[in-house]
Amino acid sequence: MRHGRWRFLAGALVPALVLHVLFVLSPYAQAFYLSLTDWTGVAGAAHFVGAGNYARLGGDSLFLDAVRNNAVLLAVVPLATVGIGLFLASMMHLGGRGGRRGIAGSGAYQIVYFFPQLLSLVVVAVLWGFVYNPNTGLLNGALRAVGLGGLARSWLASPALALAAVAAVLVWSSVGFYVVLFSAAIDGIPRELFEAALLDGAGGWATFRRVTLPLVRDSVQVAFVYLGIAALDAFAVVQVMTVGPGGPDGATEVIGLSLYRNAFQYGKFGYASAMGVALFFATLTLAVLALRSGRRDRLEPA
Amino acid sequence: MNRSTLAEPYPTRRTLLRTALTAGVAAPLLAGCVTGGGGDADPAAGNTGARTADNPLGVKAETPLEVVIFKGGYGDEYAKNAETLYTRKHPGAKIDHQGVQKIGEALQPRFVANTPPDVVDNTGASRLDIATLVAARQVADLGALLDAPSFDDPAVKLRDTLLSGVVDDGTFAGVPQTLNFTYTVWGLWYSRSLFAAKGWSYPKTWDDMLALCATIKAAGIAPWTYQGKYPEYINDPLLSMAAKTGGLTLVKAVDNLEPHAWKAPGLIAAAEAFAELAGKGYLMAGSEALSHTEAQAAWSKGKAAFIPCGSWLESEQKGVTPPAFDMVMGPVPARTAGDQLKPTAVQAASSESFLVPAKAKNPAGGMEYLRILFSQQSAKAFAQSAGTLPAVAGATDGLTLSSGLGSVRDAVAAAGPETFTYRFRTWYAPLAKALDDATGELVNKRLTAAGWAQRVQKAADAVARDSTVQKYTR
Repeated sequence: MRHGRWRFLAGALVPALVLHVLFVLSPYAQAFYLSLTDWTGVAGAAHFVGAGNYARLGGDSLFLDAVRNNAVLLAVVPLATVGIGLFLASMMHLGGRGGRRGIAGSGAYQIVYFFPQLLSLVVVAVLWGFVYNPNTGLLNGALRAVGLGGLARSWLASPALALAAVAAVLVWSSVGFYVVLFSAAIDGIPRELFEAALLDGAGGWATFRRVTLPLVRDSVQVAFVYLGIAALDAFAVVQVMTVGPGGPDGATEVIGLSLYRNAFQYGKFGYASAMGVALFFATLTLAVLALRSGRRDRLEPA
Repeated sequence: MNRSTLAEPYPTRRTLLRTALTAGVAAPLLAGCVTGGGGDADPAAGNTGARTADNPLGVKAETPLEVVIFKGGYGDEYAKNAETLYTRKHPGAKIDHQGVQKIGEALQPRFVANTPPDVVDNTGASRLDIATLVAARQVADLGALLDAPSFDDPAVKLRDTLLSGVVDDGTFAGVPQTLNFTYTVWGLWYSRSLFAAKGWSYPKTWDDMLALCATIKAAGIAPWTYQGKYPEYINDPLLSMAAKTGGLTLVKAVDNLEPHAWKAPGLIAAAEAFAELAGKGYLMAGSEALSHTEAQAAWSKGKAAFIPCGSWLESEQKGVTPPAFDMVMGPVPARTAGDQLKPTAVQAASSESFLVPAKAKNPAGGMEYLRILFSQQSAKAFAQSAGTLPAVAGATDGLTLSSGLGSVRDAVAAAGPETFTYRFRTWYAPLAKALDDATGELVNKRLTAAGWAQRVQKAADAVARDSTVQKYTR
């Protein structure tokens, strides 16, 4: 019996493992190796150049711009998305009168918030490109319509505003998903806890701070990991929407874009692989740190 | 709580390190996957026939031919027409035609595996970087093709049927590697009907341009707009102006990455001219954030008088341009009275790069295909269907042309031998990127002309110092 079981398990696992090794692990491993070569991407030959590609990263001012911008996105996008997502989710559940129900029409809000999730990121970027158009865009149009024409800007072409404009699109496109995620998590909290808090005289903020937040902590943590990875990427939005792309003058350059340009436009696959490996370790470090930081003092609703 | 009793749902430092180490060890073993192309055996062995007067490239009858064409704005009918002519001449040959949009994605793995097609139209946004292909020795020497008799007249070599500069455009380190099929001219576009209605005339000098801009602005129209999302569009008139002032010496110094080339008086003066254009508010507000479609649409609607662009503009604006708009292209005005080149000189370069891969199975057939494609019959058909000048001289003779294409043909005729083009954009793509960024800053008043020259010179010096970049000279 035991033998048959092993055979069955192996039969079920091996094909999947082989596929995983072939199409997931092997490309990773190849990228590690290629990052140590001068591979051009158009010929079978590549020469080993050791750590040369990594040494160049430090002197590549556009890459350093990209690292800085990704760091800014990493600091802003997850925090803003989680903050807005938590706010909207808790309002939908507890924002109503008496703090026991959601505000009126919360079901409809939930569906509307989810809409951006249905669009591909490229479509989102194209649409927001139109919104940000300085002459005919919705944003400046709205500002002028309400008499705030003085605030109208050339959003994507101003070095000081372009990255913020990109970050806003990233937040807008992902917040709906996290509203739904946090809603599900809040749904999982027993009602009695909120009622007990109410009876103890806790207000809305205290309930959120002392009951909701600790009990949805796991979801928030996962959200930070996913959003962190998205903030370290941001390639699609930047490539489609920004001036240059990546501009003006590197103001919205991200690592993914530098990597893409070096690989597919400059024929420097080796150097681009080095960027990819650097990004891989940054992402991995982030994921491990985010998941570790939340492991202590886990609260069980018991 | 005892931590060791907890399940470990996350990777620990140790498992991580172990995985990373395994990956590091396994990498060189697996690397054969992408970089282990075939051997050096000649894939074309036995596929070449005898060279005769009627078959100057030695095409072996019945050897199949694989043609990969970029199917973009011009479609691929013109390429199929040439294939029909090919099979008429070599009846036994089977032609495998592929019209694709993503040339790079389709062909990169085939170059790496040493099984490329026989002739490639390496064009479009995802084309393979030609300098990289050449440096990797993946492209055949087209010298035999250029010296072969042309398809129409055996007494004339193919190279002598081409427009000025076409052979040079495809030459790398003295070796002709690509042959470009279309001829693009860059200049400033305006609506002839609008100018006639307002009584404006196209300026010959930059001082006239500034005076006209003041008049246009007073009339409530923005004098200029540009495709701000892609600053290379406004680079073209800037670099044209500099080339006219400094002549081919300046152009070659720039392309050859000479020290201080970007600080030449001609380049500084041109940069100052565009800084002044921006400073005086002659660029349409918001242009800096507009894509090429948005800026060109604004221009077609008459919101701006001038727009810099290449000769593809007319076909790109089909369907957007109002009737009787009569778009025409003029040469970039002269900056100084002592310019080295005449005011009629234009920046012109061929594009739509055809190449024969070095590892093609039927290189003779690939070159024969190009000989046929560059024939009068094929080029005339292309000019008519695509609305673009082919690189073949005289291909538009006797054709009735639209206003835009007609003005482009006239500009080429007026320029005569005084056409020029910069090669650094194809040779050193990272330098082009640095220049685009700097020019974007210049025309948005965040960088002075001197600062612009300094920045671009620094980027050029960095390329010159970089031993990993293959250098070219002209």
